[in-house]
Amino acid sequence: MKLIKTISSLIVGDVQADRVVPPTGFTARLTLFAAATMAFLTVFALALSLASGRLAQRWGDELAQSATLRISAPAEQLDAQTEAALSVLQSTPGVASARALGDDEQRALLAPWFGPDLPVDSLPIPQLIEILETDDGFDPAGLRLRLQAEVPGAVLDDHTRWRAPLERAAGRLRLLGWVAILLIGATTGVMITLAAQAALAANAQVVAVLRLIGARDAYIVRAFVRRFTLRALSGAAIGTVLGAGAMMLLPAAQEEGGFLTGLGFVGTGWLLLLLIPFLTAIVAYAATGAAARRTLSELA
Amino acid sequence: MIELENIAYNYGGGELLSEISLKLAPGSFHFLTGPSGAGKTTFLKLCYGALAPTAGSARLFGQDVRDMDRDGHALARRRIGVVHQDCQFLDHLPLADNVALPLTVSGRDSHEQVTNLEELLSWVGLGHRASALPPELSGGERQRAALARAVIMSPEVVLADEPTGNVDWEMSQRLLQLLVELNRMGKTILIATHDLNLIRAAKHHVQARVLRISNRKLQLAGADL
Repeated sequence: MKLIKTISSLIVGDVQADRVVPPTGFTARLTLFAAATMAFLTVFALALSLASGRLAQRWGDELAQSATLRISAPAEQLDAQTEAALSVLQSTPGVASARALGDDEQRALLAPWFGPDLPVDSLPIPQLIEILETDDGFDPAGLRLRLQAEVPGAVLDDHTRWRAPLERAAGRLRLLGWVAILLIGATTGVMITLAAQAALAANAQVVAVLRLIGARDAYIVRAFVRRFTLRALSGAAIGTVLGAGAMMLLPAAQEEGGFLTGLGFVGTGWLLLLLIPFLTAIVAYAATGAAARRTLSELA
Repeated sequence: MIELENIAYNYGGGELLSEISLKLAPGSFHFLTGPSGAGKTTFLKLCYGALAPTAGSARLFGQDVRDMDRDGHALARRRIGVVHQDCQFLDHLPLADNVALPLTVSGRDSHEQVTNLEELLSWVGLGHRASALPPELSGGERQRAALARAVIMSPEVVLADEPTGNVDWEMSQRLLQLLVELNRMGKTILIATHDLNLIRAAKHHVQARVLRISNRKLQLAGADL
């Protein structure tokens, strides 16, 4: 109830009280600029964090419960070894399905490095077999032993060797994004605190007059806090809109583009941007209130 | 109302005021005089709680100023109108808003505010200057505006620090007349001034006690004025 009252008094305000603080000045522009810049940066940090999260999720989903068998053998033995490997896999507990990749699929895998017109059939390229696991999974060590005996050219890659560091890296990148958002929030608080202190110092005469005529500290604090909160809200809204516009100008995610072109917001992720101005306003409200109360007790 | 009991005030390592006792009775009229630098402004600040005595006790409306928090001071100041020599205003607000400021900060009803304000500005002869900004006002107009602001809350006490310091004789008579009128309405008045002519002129209109700060002490003056 008290929170609702506080929010409504911030939005509706007191026209007379608003006029007590001189309307213009350096601190007004500083607050607006700082809030806009920080909101702009927050958009990118948020995009980085969300994209990293999606990447970690994708890598996890695509690579978990799957493995790849690579068969390197002379061309005349390749088909036989592939048949033998598929036969071993079909009889292995924990393997849900196994299939040999066709030429088109292998060409697509190599296209990012060699281009789309690679003559796969004329090159000594190993045959790949995609293995999908059951929920329980298979025993990779046991499978390797069987393959060693029956398909000498087969190498089992169960993805764990390189999936784990990739997922870890994506997780750290996501964490980095959130840390950046926290730092931006803290910096916003510091800048607004400095601006509020400068405004109070510049308006020492206003404070002296208000005290002389019987204004309570709460009244003076409210007058300054509302001014700074609304400035921060406006600045952050501008910064968020500009940041969102910049995100829209980034190239769209493409199959061959990899991670960087996937940097951006997807679906309801855009709604998170709406939080930025409000969170900035909350930071400004807390920072200005604390700065004003501290300055007023020093001026007492 | 305002009671000072054996107070002292030290400033800059030395004792500026010492062994001062005073009780302002309701409806009384006091002048406070003394040479420049004697401590008249400091004394007034002790009277409205802007300063706390270094010894003795100062009570505003029965409460010791040392026991009052900042809200308590704010509430006490709504009962004490203060006119400063330098007449500080909010320069970005028109005169009418400046004068109405005490009502604004205390959250008084806006209808009451408008009625009081118009009457008050006419009373101090500034009805035609309501929309002027403070820097556009003359010294006399600023003093009268400060007086209007000091009394708009209908305070019980009015403290004025050199209210005629920056105005000519005719304007100082006008201001004195306003203060006398306030006293007749029952307000307690304390005026700090070094202008003895003003005090002599006041004696024709009001029964005033004249106090003098001399050698850090407060004395009753009168016979020589």
